[in-house]
Amino acid sequence: MLTVLLILIPFIAGLIAFGLKGSGPKKLAMVASLATVATAIGAWCRLGTAPADLSFAANWIPQLGSQFKVGLDGMGMMLCLLTAIAFLLVFININNREYESSSSFYGLMLLSQAGLTGVFTAFDALQFYIFWELALIPVYFLCSLWGGEKRIAVTFKFFVYTFLGSLLMLVGIIYLYSQTPDHSFSWESFTTLHLGADQQNWLFWLFFVAFAIKMPIFPFHTWQPDTYEQSPTPVTMILSGVMVKMGLFGLIRWLLPVLPEGASMWTDVAIVLSIIGIIYASCIAMVQSDLKRLIAYSSIAHIGLMSAAIFSKTEQGMQGALLQMFNHGINIIGLWIIVEIIQQRLKVKNMDDLGGIAQKAPRMAIFLVIISLANIGLPLTNGFVGEFLMFSGLFHYNHWFMAIAGLGIILAAVYTLNMIQKVIFGNTNALTETTTDLQPGETLALSVVVAIILILGVYPKPILDLVSSTTAAVLKF
Amino acid sequence: MNALISTALSGVVLMFVGLFARNKQTIKFFAIAAIIIAFIANLVQYPSVELGSYIMFGMIEVSKFSVIFNAVALGATLLYFLLSGSDFEKVGEHVGDYFALIFFILAGISLAATFNNLLMLFLAIEIMSIPQYILAGSDKKNQKSNEAALKYFLMGCFSTGVLLMGITLIYGSAGTFEISALGLGADNVSPLALCGIILVAFALSFKVSAAPFHFWTPDVYDGSPTVFTSFMATVVKAGGFIAFVRLFHVGFSGGTISQHWMLILSIITALTLVLGNFTAVFQQSVKRMLAYSSIAQAGFMLFAVIAMNQTAAQGIILYAAAYSVATIGVFAVLMRMHDYTFEGFNGLAKKEPLLAFAVTVFLFSLAGIPVTAGFFAKYFVLAAAIQQGHLLWLVILAVLCAAISVYYYFKVIIAMYFKQGSPVLEPVSSGFKAGLILTVIIVLALGIFPHVLIGCL
Repeated sequence: MLTVLLILIPFIAGLIAFGLKGSGPKKLAMVASLATVATAIGAWCRLGTAPADLSFAANWIPQLGSQFKVGLDGMGMMLCLLTAIAFLLVFININNREYESSSSFYGLMLLSQAGLTGVFTAFDALQFYIFWELALIPVYFLCSLWGGEKRIAVTFKFFVYTFLGSLLMLVGIIYLYSQTPDHSFSWESFTTLHLGADQQNWLFWLFFVAFAIKMPIFPFHTWQPDTYEQSPTPVTMILSGVMVKMGLFGLIRWLLPVLPEGASMWTDVAIVLSIIGIIYASCIAMVQSDLKRLIAYSSIAHIGLMSAAIFSKTEQGMQGALLQMFNHGINIIGLWIIVEIIQQRLKVKNMDDLGGIAQKAPRMAIFLVIISLANIGLPLTNGFVGEFLMFSGLFHYNHWFMAIAGLGIILAAVYTLNMIQKVIFGNTNALTETTTDLQPGETLALSVVVAIILILGVYPKPILDLVSSTTAAVLKF
Repeated sequence: MNALISTALSGVVLMFVGLFARNKQTIKFFAIAAIIIAFIANLVQYPSVELGSYIMFGMIEVSKFSVIFNAVALGATLLYFLLSGSDFEKVGEHVGDYFALIFFILAGISLAATFNNLLMLFLAIEIMSIPQYILAGSDKKNQKSNEAALKYFLMGCFSTGVLLMGITLIYGSAGTFEISALGLGADNVSPLALCGIILVAFALSFKVSAAPFHFWTPDVYDGSPTVFTSFMATVVKAGGFIAFVRLFHVGFSGGTISQHWMLILSIITALTLVLGNFTAVFQQSVKRMLAYSSIAQAGFMLFAVIAMNQTAAQGIILYAAAYSVATIGVFAVLMRMHDYTFEGFNGLAKKEPLLAFAVTVFLFSLAGIPVTAGFFAKYFVLAAAIQQGHLLWLVILAVLCAAISVYYYFKVIIAMYFKQGSPVLEPVSSGFKAGLILTVIIVLALGIFPHVLIGCL
């Protein structure tokens, strides 16, 4: 039942938030996200002792054999935890901001949390599809209502792209369903289907395109930089920290176990696309002067590496990718928090207008340096462990792929250090003179991020242990 | 059967009520009472057909399928009366006649859902069509309404002629009018019968506005009084589809016969999807956009005709319900607006949040987004086509078209929520709002528990 609670708490809180006034929604969101984190940690403890308690199934549409079936395995638990922590961080960080019609803002945020948790816990394909869509709709409204100048066109493109991808996935799901002997959507029946290679061959693309758009992987990524740039930063945090993980999650939970032969047939293509994405996005990130776009492109590069590692189908690669899914979520939210603070104080996001912030806001500068270094995977930070494992997995699959993907690390160092230098070092200008240092809420949020970075950088075992069951299960298919 | 009798009687009664009642509210009250009676009378028949259908005099077949479809048609009409019933008096003086004509159309629809004989099919189509010609031209002083009526009448008569010719050819080859006894699927199919089937398919495609027989649709839907467009584009179109599905599933299936018409109907479906969706994108007026969207949705409903399995039968019922209810809801709000263009909706969410929310739910349903009825409607017709096996190319095309449809449906949502403006609209009564809330609940309920409806089949 804890799993159902993970979905229900934000869902109900979200519905209530629409009806509240003043600072009510803000407080409710904080309480609800704290409760979700507590529930998630409770579920984590239960996972070790009594994992059966965490699954729940109820008949939903008996004629179709579709169930409302939720459960948690290692990966699902890790992503639910990430979702819960991410929303808590976002709410802490924006605690002293005022949003226009805040009841709708917090209501939609909480609903998107419910949708995301639903995706990560679904063990029924139809239910998975429905949550997959439901997570998107609140985000669409959030971006379109509170975003930047070009928000309407940009978020619309985002919506149509992902909607098209998910419809293709729906076709795939219906096809698989029609092939199941017991007419069921459950994960178990899908994974025991063992379709012929010729069918898996084309079914692969129906699923892969949906997931590739969501991640995003080159050449399906064109919605992403614009959307990250135009969305309100709290939503960008959710988009990049949690929502893109839906695509990676889909690969591991559905694509690889259900269509193993299809996946192995197209492995090279998928990895090459991912690696093109890494190099291409890193090169573009180097010439960006817009902070938000720079982080958006760096995110494409990171996701590309994770997807390549997952397709390598080695234990190390898979473990690394799963660990990195968590770490990337935490790190990128940290980066966005700082961008949001800069944007809030100085109203600019172009790096050429910034400089010398270290002199005026030393605490923020320290946080930015630590998080950026974690983002490029320096040893002792959480990013290092994941990247090391992923590269080693990719190396086992093919040296050349690893060698080219490895260039991504060097490029990442180039654009990240360049960003640090332009934003916080150098001399102050008329604008950055006015910077003030962090407020308590912001400090708290960033301290949590940095604490996770350092702890997991030295001792990643808890997360690795958590996800190892998923890795073992997926590699068997 | 009960639905047929009660709607036909109600039509006659309402003509007299229109004659004697002074107050237009009274007429509306009678109409709503009559539709509720017809709805209940129809449902009462359900237990008698639950285990099997029965045929009366070789002419009509009462089955679960027809009873459920009649329930959908009558229920949608009830919602339509509740939401738009008071708009009838804006069209002209003869409110009683308008209601009576609607009931005659319903009689035609319930005949279309039950016919077992090609003559009955012809009668059903005619009973559905003739009142529509009148309703299209009911705004007598308006040139566009006159144009719509004339266009519809001429084109409609032409297609009726084609239908009759097709029926004659089929009779000539099969020697019977009874659709379950046509026996066309025997080893060699006569060219006569094939010509007949193709002519009938074309005539019915015309009635349900499938491309390339759709050219009348935008002008007729745009020119007719909006309140009647709402009915013609929804319940009546669903009625046309039910005739289509019944005829092809019962009459033209079996043996090898379906191989002969499958390709033609697949092409019609593909054309309908592509033309409907692409043209809807370029519309400036919401009313015209809805006209093209009705063509696009017809493309999805055609899947039910060509898939020919139990899922398809469930799909057409669910699709008819989802599409009718959502479109009736959008039209009901549209009628409150003074400006029918997309710009006219700018800023509606600030002024009338409930109306904007309801329209959003309806448009989500039309676009096929989960937890609305439209999602499962699309799910079932696509699943039917996938199960059929040879239609995967069409399914992929349909999915691409569904993504395009998001473009024009969301244009309204974008206007309502994300654009600034002060829309001019007529005062909205609390009764109307209650009706809208009811409609929203139905759309969401069918989206979460579709088996309430299809489980009865």
